[in-house]
Amino acid sequence: MKYTKEHEWLRVEGDLVVVGITEHAATALGDVVFVELPEPETVVASGDEVVVIESVKAASDILAPVDGEIVAVNSKLTDNPGLVNEDPLGAAWFFKMKIDDLAVLDDLMDEDEYNEMIG
Amino acid sequence: MADLLRLGLHDLHVALGGRMVPFAGYEMPVQYPAGVMKEHLHTRTAAGLFDVSHMGQVLLIPKQGIEALALGFEALMPVDVLGLKEGRQRYGLFTNAEGGILDDLMFANRGDHLFVVVNAACKVADVAHMTAHLSEVAEVRAVTDRALLALQGPLAELALERLVPEVAGLRFMDQGTFQWEGAELWISRSGYTGEDGFEISLPENSAHGFAEMLLAMEEVAPIGLGARDSLRLEAGLCLYGHDIDTTTSPVEADLAWAIQKTRRREGARAGGFPGAARILLELEFGPARRRVGLRPEGRAPMREGTELFHGDSVVGRVTSGGFGPSLEAPIAMAYVPVDLAPPGTALEGEVRGKRLPVTTSELPFRASTYKR
Repeated sequence: MKYTKEHEWLRVEGDLVVVGITEHAATALGDVVFVELPEPETVVASGDEVVVIESVKAASDILAPVDGEIVAVNSKLTDNPGLVNEDPLGAAWFFKMKIDDLAVLDDLMDEDEYNEMIG
Repeated sequence: MADLLRLGLHDLHVALGGRMVPFAGYEMPVQYPAGVMKEHLHTRTAAGLFDVSHMGQVLLIPKQGIEALALGFEALMPVDVLGLKEGRQRYGLFTNAEGGILDDLMFANRGDHLFVVVNAACKVADVAHMTAHLSEVAEVRAVTDRALLALQGPLAELALERLVPEVAGLRFMDQGTFQWEGAELWISRSGYTGEDGFEISLPENSAHGFAEMLLAMEEVAPIGLGARDSLRLEAGLCLYGHDIDTTTSPVEADLAWAIQKTRRREGARAGGFPGAARILLELEFGPARRRVGLRPEGRAPMREGTELFHGDSVVGRVTSGGFGPSLEAPIAMAYVPVDLAPPGTALEGEVRGKRLPVTTSELPFRASTYKR
C-alpha cells in the first residue's frame, strides 16, 4: 500500500491501481453523506480533482494521485456514502486507474512514512 | 488555539474526546467520537447534552419597577414584553432602524427581573446596546459565573427529573428556579433542536458535577456544535449571522409569529421599536422576499452561499444548508422572492458549476415535539 500527502491510499491490483482515502482522512472528514464519482474512461493528470466528497460539515475533493486513466469507479458509494466511514481501506475504494508505469508509485510514501506524517 | 476563550467545562469536553474548534471566540466541541450523524440521531431518539456556555446570559434588574423595564425593553424589540407572565420565557429580536435584526434572543420573566440569553458572537454588542438604552430603567448585568447547558430530546425529561424532580411540571417555555445540591438552577423548558428539552443555567462550579451526573445516565450523550447545527436546521430555526442578520427583517425571515398583536398596527402598544416603519408595512402588505426551506433533489448538499436560479436569473442564495440526518437527505434554507416561495416551487441551485434541481419546502422540515 502506498500513500499520498492528500491522505489517499493506492493498492496495486494486477495492472491497475486502486485508490481510496485513509482511515485518518475518513475520521477527520466526519460522516460522509455524498460522493460524486468521475465517469470511467476519464484520462486524468496527477492533482486533478476527480471525486467530490461531502461530509455533514464540509465538501472536499479527492485528487488524482498520479497520471493515468480511470477505468472503474465504485458506484456503491453513490448510494451508500457512509461506507467511506465504515470501511475506508476496503469496500470504500473510489476508483481504479490504469497507469503507464507502476514505478511512479515508488515516489509515494509507504505506511511508516505516512504514519509519521500524520503523527 | 491562542486568544480563544475556554468554556468552564473545557476539560470535560477534552476528556470526552471532543474535537475542539474555534467558534465565536471560544474553543468549542464540534463533535465527540460518536460523530455528528450519531449525535444528531441520539438527540432525536434519547437525550443530548449540549454545553452552550458561550452564549451570553444577562440579567436586567429593574430600577423603577418591572413594568418600566418591560416597556424599555419593548422599545428595542417588536415583541410583547409587558404581557409575558412571571415564570414564562419568550423569543425576541433586537431590530435596527432599517428593520434588520441585530440579534435574536430568549428572555424570561423571573418575577422581579428579566433574564436574557443572547448569541455568543453578539453578546458584547448586545450588552452595550442594552446598557445604552435601558440604563434608566434597569441595571444590565452580564452573568459571567454561570454555565449554560441544554438537555434535548424525547428522554430529556426522564433524565433531568432524576436530578430535579420538579422539572416534569414545566411546559414548553416555562422557566423557573430549582435547587440541586445547594446550587441554584434556572431552568426553562426550551431549546434549539426542535425537540422537547431544557436549558439549564447553573453556577460554573456546579456545572461539571451536574453534567457528569447526566452523562452517567444511559439516555444521555454529549452532543457537539455539528449536530446542534443539523438539528436546528431540520427544525427550521435560524442561525444568527447566516439566516438572519442586519439586512433581513423579521417578516422576511418568517418570524412574524414572534411579533405579537399588541405590537402590530392597531395593537395596544403598536410600533415604537427600531425599524417599525418597515416591519409594520411588511406585516400588512407582505415582504418582497421570504425565508423558505429547500429540498435538493439528489444527495448533494447545497451549502451556505449556493446561488439559486429560476430560469436564467439568480433569485436567492442559500443561507444555511447541509444534510439532515433524520431526513436522510440534504436540506437548506434561503430567501427567495415571495412569488417563488410557495412550497413545491422548482428552482435550481448551482453546485460546483452545475445547476441541480431543488424544490422549496415548508419549514420546519421535521415537526417539532415541544411539550406544550
